Order: sequence, then structure tokens, then C-alpha cells
Amino acid sequence: MAATTTRQKIGWGSANTLAILLALIPVLWIVSLSFKTPTAITDPSFFPSQWTTSNYSGILQSSEFIRPLINSIGIGVISTFIAVVLASMAAYAVARLRFPGKSVLIGVSLLIAMFPAIALATPLFNIERILGLFDTWPGLIIPYVATGLPLGIYTLSAFFREIPWELEKAAKVDGATPTQAFVRVIAPLAAPGMVTTAILVFLFCWNEFLLAITLTSTTRARTAPAAMAFFTGNSAFAVPTGTITAAAVVITIPIIIFVLFFQRRIVAGLTSGAVKG
Amino acid sequence: MTTTTPPVTAQEPVAAGRRRKPRLSEGARQERRLGWLLCAPAVIVMVAVTAYPIAYALYLSFQRYILSAPQLNKFVGFSNYAAVLSSPFWWHALGVTVVITVVSVAVELVLGMLLALLMFRTIFGRGTVRTTMLIPYGIVTIVAAFGWQYAWTPSTGYLSALFNNSAPLTDTTKAIAIIISAEIWKTTPFMALLLMAGLSLVPEDLLKAAKVDGATAWQRFWRIMVPLMKPAILVALLFRTLDAFRIFDNIFILTNGANNTSSVSMLNYDNLFTGFNFGIGSAMSVLILICVAIIAVVFIRGFGTAAPGSSLQR
Repeated sequence: MAATTTRQKIGWGSANTLAILLALIPVLWIVSLSFKTPTAITDPSFFPSQWTTSNYSGILQSSEFIRPLINSIGIGVISTFIAVVLASMAAYAVARLRFPGKSVLIGVSLLIAMFPAIALATPLFNIERILGLFDTWPGLIIPYVATGLPLGIYTLSAFFREIPWELEKAAKVDGATPTQAFVRVIAPLAAPGMVTTAILVFLFCWNEFLLAITLTSTTRARTAPAAMAFFTGNSAFAVPTGTITAAAVVITIPIIIFVLFFQRRIVAGLTSGAVKG
Repeated sequence: MTTTTPPVTAQEPVAAGRRRKPRLSEGARQERRLGWLLCAPAVIVMVAVTAYPIAYALYLSFQRYILSAPQLNKFVGFSNYAAVLSSPFWWHALGVTVVITVVSVAVELVLGMLLALLMFRTIFGRGTVRTTMLIPYGIVTIVAAFGWQYAWTPSTGYLSALFNNSAPLTDTTKAIAIIISAEIWKTTPFMALLLMAGLSLVPEDLLKAAKVDGATAWQRFWRIMVPLMKPAILVALLFRTLDAFRIFDNIFILTNGANNTSSVSMLNYDNLFTGFNFGIGSAMSVLILICVAIIAVVFIRGFGTAAPGSSLQR
């Protein structure tokens, strides 16, 4: 490995800094909003002129927020898991096997992804009320899986196509058992695609707002974005900016942890397993 | 998975070609069954959830169905569609939507690619860069939009000073520019993530060999990385375009469609939930679906064999 020159370091370092600044300054603005007192909200300065942590203490003590946060995490994780598993199976079939109806499947799943969610909301509301799924975890998990599947299938089939499957045979020739061949050679190559899909599906479920407010009515299944829409402010007319932004900051923290944990896996496949592409 | 039938290789003469043979070999038939079996759960879930709503929307689009005046409901054929297609509001919203889509996707593609390269190859601080890059995408859209609204409104925000404290959100062009910038900030990480995963599949040795052969970084990028990333680029572009076309959250919060900044989805929402005109609203939903389907077809045709599910030969 060639030694990295100082010039290279400076180059990459400034690129890093620029990217991070552009990404984070608006986030810092939101954070500063969460620390502002209600009177300071209308103050256009970037940093709060009056600090308060009451927004945070307020929401963290409120079951109106903790419970939705748990709902969001639970529903997000379960939906992501199911979606990734189902999408992997379908993508594997699409990428490796020959069977009729493949293009129909691709087309139909794309069609489903393209339908405006607004028009989905009311019919789903009706169905779920009839089926007793309204305001339950499965009531949100199933639609989320259904909307996350097209993206998952597309992403994963794009990645599975690129994997050199002959490596599996090569590994067996070299003496690996089928399981070893799969775990040590194929799985690392499939990991980037699967982790990427998992992150994207999870973030979609996390952010999702429309179905969350339509298909839930109590904190039994309401997710965090929907709960935030119902926060009350100081008076009936004040938008509770402080509480909303504080809530947003709090619910972004699990995201950061989640991503920090998974981002290494995205490129883990590079250095293990395959030697020649 | 490793004990199932291996994919058809060259020594299977029957299934190597077209599928018109009257009798398939046992291997090919097993492959088919496996293929269907693996796809079945995904298909079942997707269809079960969306079949009824889509059918219902189609049905409603042919009715005059106003929630606040149910006695007027009746079948009206295509007149809902005619009403929408002859309305200047629709065409203006379509224009706004197209502008937002094209500009934001183009910018996001370039930025996303740069970001992907950065996240992938930067010499130090990779973990930090990657995590911070995903934060904009991880913040709930509504809240981010609120943040932008506060930032750009004079008297509450720090960015409106850039425009001499005029109220940029009330001016059509400036508001659209702000909406586009909010979209770009929020979803470039999506593109970057997909592109980075695509980058990780480019074999390192190929790049090293090219370097040894004297290729510049520019050449290595265009002649090796980009062609090998085509499937990832297609998926990223396709889904991003489809999502951008249906933009709603940012516009809803930033301007609520005022001053002619509505997108087609905003218009759809207004008709469905504000006007309670389900007939017109459903017709719009179907029209939006058709537009989006056209976009998808154009993309898939354009990318040819890089599309998932196309011919297995490379």
C-alpha cells in the first residue's frame, strides 16, 4: 500500500469536513430549536439566546412519546427483517433462476411501489377496521413490508446479479462444505446489498407518516412521527416547535446507533471471500 | 439454499435456450418451481395489501363521489379524467413536479456519486462520514421540513437573510428552489448509500491493474467503475425519480402548495382530503400512476440489460 502523502490527507480531510458540515448544519439548527424556550423560537439567531431543557424533560417523561418511540423501533425492526428476508428470496430467484413470469413480477412490484400512498390510505383503513388490524402492530407492519418489498427486490436482485456464483463451486472444489462455501464466500459478497436494503427499508418505516396517522389511533400502535403530529403546545394555537424538534432529535439517536453499527458491514464483503472478480 | 438445484449450466442442453421446448428437463422444471416458490411470499404480501386499494381507486375514478354530498354519487365514465386533464391546475402542478423531479434527481445523482466515492475511499474517518451522511435521511421528513421552514422565514430563521429578508417561501420560483434544496439535502444520502454499495462490488484488482496500465483517476472512474455500477445506478435513479415525482411532505410543510407551488401529489391530497372529492382524487391517483409507469418504462428500456430480471447472460 502506497504511503499516503500529506497532500492526499488534506484533500480527503477537507472533502470530509465539507460533506459533514453540509449535512449537519441544518441538523444543528433543529437541535438548537429544541433547546429554545417558546419565546426564543421566533428569534432568528442560530444559537438559542435562552436555553432550556424543558422540552426534553417534558417529552421523556410523557408516555405519549416513549410508547410511540418503542412502537417505531419495534415495527421498524420487524418490518425490515421480514421485508429483507422475503425480498432476498425473491431476488435470489430473479437473479439466478429461470422461470416464466419473471418480468411480470418485476413489473407488478414496481407498479405497486408507484401507487400514490395517499390513495392507499383510505381503503387500507377500511380493510383494517374490518379485519381488526386497526391500531395494531401487524396493522402497520404488513403495509410497510408491502411497500418496502419492491425497493428490496430491485436492490437485492441488482446486487445478486453481480455476485460471481462460480466462486461457490470453486470453494467446494477447494474442499469447502456447502455451508462453508455459502457462509464464507457468498454471504460476504451478498452482505453489502442486504445491509443497504435493510437500512433503506428501516429508514422508510421510521420516517413514514401518512399510513402511520391513518392506521392508528392510540399509543398502542402509533409510531413516533404520527405521535409528534399530535403534540400540543402552550396554547391551542401555538405550534409546539420546541417539543417537536426535541422529539425529532431523540428519535434520531437510535438511527445513528443503528447506522453506526451497520455501516461497516456494507463494505465488509470487499476484503473477504472472493479474490478475483 | 446450497442443496437446491444448481443453476442451469452449459451442459444442460434443453433449458439453455428459449423456453418454447415442449418438454422441459427435470432440472429446468425444478428450477421453475423453486423460482416461483421463492417469489411467492413476497408477491402474496404485496398483492394482498395493494390489490384492493388499487382496484377501489380505479372504481372510484369512474364515479362522481363526493363525500359531503353522497346523494350525487353516480357513474360518470371518463368525465373525471376529462375534468382533470383539462384543468390548468393539473398541468401547472405537473410542470412544477417535473421541474422538481428532474432538477433534484440530476443534482442528487452527481452529489450522491461524489458522496459515495467519499464514503467509500476516504482515507480516515470513514465511519464518521458514513454515519453523519445518513443523518439527514434519518430525520423524519416532516421535522426537517419544519426546520427549513423556520430557517427560511424572515424573523424566525437564519437563512432568509441570504435573500435580504424577503420572504422567499412566498415567491414561486424561490420557493420551488427551496423545496428542491430541501429534497436534495434529505435524500442524497439515499442515492449515496445505494451507489456506495454498488461501488463496493467493483473489484479492487481491476482498478489497480488499470492504474498500473497508466489510467488516470478520471479514466478509471468512467471506464471501469461506472459501467460496473450500472445496475446500482439504475435502481438508485429509478426509485429516486419515482419518489421525487410523488413529492409531498416537503411541499406540504414548506408552502402547503400556496403560490402555485403544488405538485401533483399535493393536488391529489387537496382533492381527496380537503375537498373530499373522491372521484376526481381517484382519477388523479390513476393519472399519477400512469405518469410514473411511463417514467419507469423509459428507464428500464433505457438501461437495457442492466435491469434486474433481464437475460441472465452477461
